[in-house]
Amino acid sequence: MFQTVGKSVPRKEGREKVTGQAKYVDDITFPGMLMGATVRSPVARGRIRNIEFPDDLPWEQFTIVTAKDIPGQNSVALISDDQPYLAREFVNHPEEPVVLLAHPDKYLVEKARQAVHLDIDPLPAVFGIEESLAKQQIIWGEDNILKAFVIEKGDVDGVWGEAAHIVEGEYRTGAQEQLYIETNGMIAIASPENGITIWGSMQCPYYVHKALLKAFSLAPEKIRIVQMETGGGFGGKEDYPSMLAGHAALLAWKSGRPVKMVYDRAEDLAATTKRHPSRTRIRTAVTAEGKLLGQDIEFVLDGGAYATLSAVVLSRGAIHAAGPYQCPNVRIRSSAVATNAPPHGAFRGFGAPQSIFAMERHMDQVARAVGLAPEELRRRNFLHTGEATATGQVIREKVKIEHLLDRALDLADYHSKTKAFAEQNQHSRVKRGIGFASFMHGAGFTGSGERYLQSVAGLEALADGRVRILASSTEIGQGTNTILAQIVAETLGINYDQVEIPRPDTNEVPNSGPTVASRTCMVVGKLLESAAIGLKQTLTKAELLEENYSGGDFAGACARYIERFGPLKSFCQYQAPPGIHWDDETYSGDAYGAFAWAVYVAEVSVDTVTCEITVDDFVALQEVGRVIHPVLAAGQIEGGVAQGIGYAIFENVVWKNGRMANAQMTNYIMPTSVDVPRIRVYFEEIPYEYGPLGAKGIGELPIDGPAPAILNAIENATGLPVNEIPLMPEMLMRALERAKAPLEASVG
Amino acid sequence: MGKLRIELHVNGHKRTVESYPMARLLDVLREDLGLTGTKEGCGEGECGACAVLLDGELANSCLVPVLQADGSSILTVEGLEKDGHLHPLQEAFAQTGATQCGICTPGMILASYQLLEQYPHPTDEQIRAGLAGNLCRCTGYQKIFDAVRQASQRTAGDE
Repeated sequence: MFQTVGKSVPRKEGREKVTGQAKYVDDITFPGMLMGATVRSPVARGRIRNIEFPDDLPWEQFTIVTAKDIPGQNSVALISDDQPYLAREFVNHPEEPVVLLAHPDKYLVEKARQAVHLDIDPLPAVFGIEESLAKQQIIWGEDNILKAFVIEKGDVDGVWGEAAHIVEGEYRTGAQEQLYIETNGMIAIASPENGITIWGSMQCPYYVHKALLKAFSLAPEKIRIVQMETGGGFGGKEDYPSMLAGHAALLAWKSGRPVKMVYDRAEDLAATTKRHPSRTRIRTAVTAEGKLLGQDIEFVLDGGAYATLSAVVLSRGAIHAAGPYQCPNVRIRSSAVATNAPPHGAFRGFGAPQSIFAMERHMDQVARAVGLAPEELRRRNFLHTGEATATGQVIREKVKIEHLLDRALDLADYHSKTKAFAEQNQHSRVKRGIGFASFMHGAGFTGSGERYLQSVAGLEALADGRVRILASSTEIGQGTNTILAQIVAETLGINYDQVEIPRPDTNEVPNSGPTVASRTCMVVGKLLESAAIGLKQTLTKAELLEENYSGGDFAGACARYIERFGPLKSFCQYQAPPGIHWDDETYSGDAYGAFAWAVYVAEVSVDTVTCEITVDDFVALQEVGRVIHPVLAAGQIEGGVAQGIGYAIFENVVWKNGRMANAQMTNYIMPTSVDVPRIRVYFEEIPYEYGPLGAKGIGELPIDGPAPAILNAIENATGLPVNEIPLMPEMLMRALERAKAPLEASVG
Repeated sequence: MGKLRIELHVNGHKRTVESYPMARLLDVLREDLGLTGTKEGCGEGECGACAVLLDGELANSCLVPVLQADGSSILTVEGLEKDGHLHPLQEAFAQTGATQCGICTPGMILASYQLLEQYPHPTDEQIRAGLAGNLCRCTGYQKIFDAVRQASQRTAGDE
């Protein structure tokens, strides 16, 4: 029934990528270009006394920028604007930028960066959630709390008396680096007369635009942001590019020359954002039959030194904390706390992987307490159409989560493997196990977010029948260019090849919102679908196009229209689907337009001598509405699952006084081709009424499930209550020793 | 130390550069020869984004001082296309979804190229092992394995 949608058409920019012709920011250069570098704080917290430039370098050849050189506001515009571009008096985290340098010779600028001496009086610093909550040092605001709110449904305090079982647990997740293979990079050309142009690696051109407006106090039309080919983002290029673009622009502004700043890997790892570390405590009341009565959840994120995106990461995490379960009484107390580490930021999943890890580990504990199989406990508590989530959002869409559970367990051969492994494990040092997680993920901005964004996207038809997409949504590998073109081609009834999507450039395209939150396909795709319908209507109303037309008719109609009336464009602005209400004050209502639903099953082997964990099989089954492009959709899931495997058992950020001590790919280990099993991906499609051709969001969903599924499998294999990720071999070894100790004591 | 005259045979063409002997081959390719298809991911030989074939062997060009490459033959991603036709690996990477953000793709294709030279019909284990030095953060590697399998069939058919 569809011509283009549902087919795996060639990726728009695929040829450029496989031939090496795609241009990333580090691949371009300008005559007279300087290379920029950043002098960063060596301490976690302190007062800057002096900046010293030792005599043995030709400083007159350098462009040097400090906080006093910033023409406008010295803070990166985001939510609460508390993070400076350059520290002026105080530094609040290791690697905080203090001085910028530029010079034509990249070797000399690196030498100079190392030579600048920051004389800083250290102040007492706060590391980790516990120290921040202890409030012995106040490092942010009045109480170290960057943001806090409570979600409340029913009366959770009233349920404990009726409970047959009360189950408590604490769950922790570590920081995780996005580890896009292309590091952050920007080029700026800037002058008071001509304004600023930025070329760079980024997810959100209009975030950068907004940030530079304030930093330079310029008129909007004086700032132009161009996204270059971007080598991965995963959230890591949501907010940080505003910082780096500001730095490059400051150096360009002062020097009058083009300035390139591209981080090396060590700087990117040490100085830019990561996934928030978290601590979740859950206390659950459940009946003898395994029905949830109440869930009291405390969800805390380590936000780092500045507020940046923590408030919204917290929001998504807290809203997802109660999982895909119906429970009459829920309280979720959430807070993001300040510590003297570089600010944590956006990373695929945006708070949800942390809280879903906790809930899905916890549900296995609840099942054990009640004496039910994990799948049976979940089956008795799944949300159905017509029931309400923790925020009181009544699920309107058709939900098939029970079916997803049954099918995923079948695909993984769960029941017979559970039995077989229990048998084999008695005689083997390598213990095998199988576990799963069931979860949902909201697509689009949380709560009123989309309403505030008021995104706009449009189309321009050309006289030869080609159609250009006008949107600032970025291709960062996930397939934006391809799927948006498919949606437009399908809606207009033209060939996919006739649809073009130019590189996002704020001089050329409207603000279709940031490329985050699994919103590009569902929200921006919908805007473009509507714009395409508008374009068709324009042509039919002008009596240039019949109801049933061919591609050739369409081109002819466009040509006649343009000849007669001028440019043929159609724009659409976001409107919330009907009946969506959200209350920011009480944190209640419809948190998301739609949820994607999934059940993931992991099979593991645990060597109890070497403490090595391998993931042997992985089944990922999900319902994401209409699948626009099967290969790209599967690619999103496979990539997300691999990142989730890393999150669970490989990727360990080692902190030392607020600084990442292992800021190298040599010892921050992400999964390689030998570490991932075959990832078996399956889709169920229930078209979503308000998504383009029925599509929902997909990008973040796959990072939510792997970690809890894997840890559940590890517990299934070993019987160890492992509730912290990443689960490194040494942690597993300690857990094994602890489990053995009482046994040996009783034997002795 | 001053610059030296270094001769390289890059993608079948003789190229001469004046370079510091310890300059990274990666920088010489990208900056002196304008071959920006070779990428830098980590600068420490971990990620393989800068991989090229150096006298037929896969090498991380970020770890190779250009002096060491003097007189050598180098194949970069730009040298794979012949007369406007993509190499079967390039076609397979584009078709199977093996390239997402594209930054690891040139190195990954060259690692695959060497893998297929060594094993024209690799097993799944050989593919995994052959690509273990090239990191991809987008794909979870599954589609890359598909691409290598597809290209191995294609090149086998051509023989």
